[in-house]
Amino acid sequence: MHALAHTFEAAGLSTVVVNMMPVWGRRFGTPRTLGVEFPFGHPIGLPDEPALQTRVVRAALDLLVTAAPPPPVVADFPEAWPGDFDHWKRAWHPAEPSPIILWLREQAAQRARERG
Amino acid sequence: MVDSYRWLPPSLKGYFEAMQVPAPVAPPWTPVTKPLSQLRIALVTTAGINVRGVEPPFDYEGERARPDWGDPTFRILPHDLVQDQVQTGHLHINNDDIDRDVNVALPITRMLEFEAAGVIGSLAPTNYSFMGYQPDTTEWRKTYAPEVARRMTAEGVDAVLLTPV
Repeated sequence: MHALAHTFEAAGLSTVVVNMMPVWGRRFGTPRTLGVEFPFGHPIGLPDEPALQTRVVRAALDLLVTAAPPPPVVADFPEAWPGDFDHWKRAWHPAEPSPIILWLREQAAQRARERG
Repeated sequence: MVDSYRWLPPSLKGYFEAMQVPAPVAPPWTPVTKPLSQLRIALVTTAGINVRGVEPPFDYEGERARPDWGDPTFRILPHDLVQDQVQTGHLHINNDDIDRDVNVALPITRMLEFEAAGVIGSLAPTNYSFMGYQPDTTEWRKTYAPEVARRMTAEGVDAVLLTPV
């Protein structure tokens, strides 16, 4: 994501990123980041909850126009995720593990077999 | 402070913290020179969305064949996108809620409301999706992000709201 933001900024477009992992905004130097402590796949909130979505987008737009250099500027969205933590910690994952996770598991299994 | 690792398995926190990344060197910064109410803003998500029947889905079969590769291309999402047109397939998240309400990742309805209320100048006619699993961002940086930047500039876009998933 920082690669996109950096390219857009260099082309004269101001950017703001809503990121569930704002640590990357700090580590990669993304110009403006709004951190949201939301589960993956849900940077703007819950489905069919327009009031929450509106607050997140408004916070990002306000950061866009108020952030002062030097970058990276990272701010936190102040609201906690409204859903149940134990449910959502599982629910954001895909039904089937991603190809890289499957590959890493196969590699680990292979190493275990080789160790006998 | 937002905990970036809250939703990840604990083992991944150590992995990410140990990951070496290049030190940011003078990140580019384009100042905002107009009030929010005059800005034309484009949306860019990495949710891997395409418009059903208009453009093909991202190459998820290619990723299954080469798990260390992600499709670096982009798809066009018009500002009048409707939910029935939204096609997903990102292999690293549960897409069910995006299939139900695209605004959880691409807040197109919220931005149109802000446009109607005069909070922003306008939502760009064209918005974009990438697919965020990119172990190597070379093609993004060299080819596809500059192409999207050119298209946005041609449409008079001032600023971009990015939503990685």
